Amino acid sequence: MAVTVSIPTILRTHTDGQKSVEASGKTVLEVIDDIEARHGGLKARLVKEDKLHRFVNVYVNDEDVRFAGGLDAEVKDGDTVTILPAVAGGAR
Amino acid sequence: MTGVLRIRRELVDEIVAHARRDHPDEACGVIAGPDGSDRPERFIPMLNAARSPTFYEFDSGDLLKLYREMDANDEVPVVIYHSHTATEAYPSRTDVSYASEPDAHYVLVSTRDPDTHEFRSYRIVDGVVTEEPVEITESTE
Repeated sequence: MAVTVSIPTILRTHTDGQKSVEASGKTVLEVIDDIEARHGGLKARLVKEDKLHRFVNVYVNDEDVRFAGGLDAEVKDGDTVTILPAVAGGAR
Repeated sequence: MTGVLRIRRELVDEIVAHARRDHPDEACGVIAGPDGSDRPERFIPMLNAARSPTFYEFDSGDLLKLYREMDANDEVPVVIYHSHTATEAYPSRTDVSYASEPDAHYVLVSTRDPDTHEFRSYRIVDGVVTEEPVEITESTE
């Protein structure tokens, strides 16, 4: 089950500078674990207390996984997983 | 890192106009530029999905579209801007905790005063805020 995972600039230190990596897994969590096995440190930036970190968005193809099962969101062969830091802030 | 934000007058005007338009809610957006150039060129106002006077967030679908578009154009977000509508143009703790583009200039505009605005720029790297001078250029060089 090969998927392409697109890595944002800020996390490329964990992938030897690569913009995208190949990974396998049937869910978003399995894909993250698979990358973690080869590129240590990435998972801690994405997952906190078994949930997706609020500072980060993960998409399977065009869908934000927050609305599709979160870390359990299904991933199929040939899918593209995109990781993007949320752009947010404010005076609060 | 020491630096300076060099930006064309018309882009500054666009950011300020957007901030005024959305006041009292916070306005936000990006100015994209060629990868590696550090030159802000393409003004892209974004919708504040939070529609709040104290918080902003790019809509997640819009964010994906934006990054795909920039990727296809070999662009990066040279400037990431937002407004504070009742406080000074200085990054809040929330701003710092979310900041995740170490190469971007984080521009803050304050619209708390109806007549004059504050326009300031910062680097935010690993939680450290460094203000930098803003150099406004009058025409395309």
